[in-house]
Amino acid sequence: MPPAPSRKERRRFPSFLRPMTTTSIAVEESPRIRTLLALADDALILGHRISEWTGHAPTLEEELAFANIALDLIGQARALYQATGQNEDELAYLRDPHRFRNALIAELPNGDFAFTIVRLFLVSVASDQFWRSAVQNDDPDIAAIAAKAQKETAYHVRHAADWLVRLGDGTAESHRRAQNALDALWPYTGDIVDRDAWLQAVAPVLARATLTQPAEGWMQPSGRDGRHTEHLGHLLAEMQILPRTYPGATW
Amino acid sequence: MNTPLWEVFVRTRNGLAHKHAGSVHAADATMALQAARDVYTRRGEGLSLWVVPSNAIVASDPADRDMLFEPTGSKIYRHPTFYEVPDEVGHM
Repeated sequence: MPPAPSRKERRRFPSFLRPMTTTSIAVEESPRIRTLLALADDALILGHRISEWTGHAPTLEEELAFANIALDLIGQARALYQATGQNEDELAYLRDPHRFRNALIAELPNGDFAFTIVRLFLVSVASDQFWRSAVQNDDPDIAAIAAKAQKETAYHVRHAADWLVRLGDGTAESHRRAQNALDALWPYTGDIVDRDAWLQAVAPVLARATLTQPAEGWMQPSGRDGRHTEHLGHLLAEMQILPRTYPGATW
Repeated sequence: MNTPLWEVFVRTRNGLAHKHAGSVHAADATMALQAARDVYTRRGEGLSLWVVPSNAIVASDPADRDMLFEPTGSKIYRHPTFYEVPDEVGHM
């Protein structure tokens, strides 16, 4: 962490001339906080990605569907950040990329509509299974968040699965794009915890979508240790620039 | 774009009728229902949704307006305004 500016520096450079006055934070990560951050960062980063469709979605109806899903995910992230007992805004806006604990699949750029749908489907099936079991979690905060999140995520699965079937079993072009997305995303699913249960839920939908399930092979490393793709830094730059440039800004 | 149009009806409370809320474009009934949910029930409005293909709606001809509706204008005794409805009755 760089030292705070001295009195002399503060006189020479008043706050509005000092760029990036906010310093990044590091979090003391107990196992509980690490679990919460992994869940929260997954939700925040994917939620941010999906929110990028606002103004660009193929139809008004799908624009609102994506906005609703993004807001669900960002709401889940907020609840999880709050459960750490730390400031939710600082966790979202003042951590550098290597402090983020999200899985790499969440941070990949949206690509085309098929890529966005396939990613949403693969991630949501895992989230859905997690939240449904987490209703019984020993941690009362996680159990309470799960009670709300499981309903939201159940809809994400349904929406993504219904689209996936229509893309895969649609035109030659939509099938090609869905299969390409599936092949590209599959190596990013290596850190799904209960993979057997996940495969059992994913496989029938892929079959209905007439898509070929990729072989189980080499997997990308998890992003949970803080080693991310180049895309996360760009995403955070856009997401964090305002609170970092104007600390404490409200509107 | 030739994606079919669907009319959306939302029931906001138990005991009330489904009311027309607007329309959505969707390729089929399943996606129309999801679009209706995403477009028209974002603020807790809904308890139940109907979607109906817009081309299944039979509409009156605007040219028939006078014939169909004008004659009722002079029948004010059809309005239920000549007696008081007790508060306990609620929605009728």
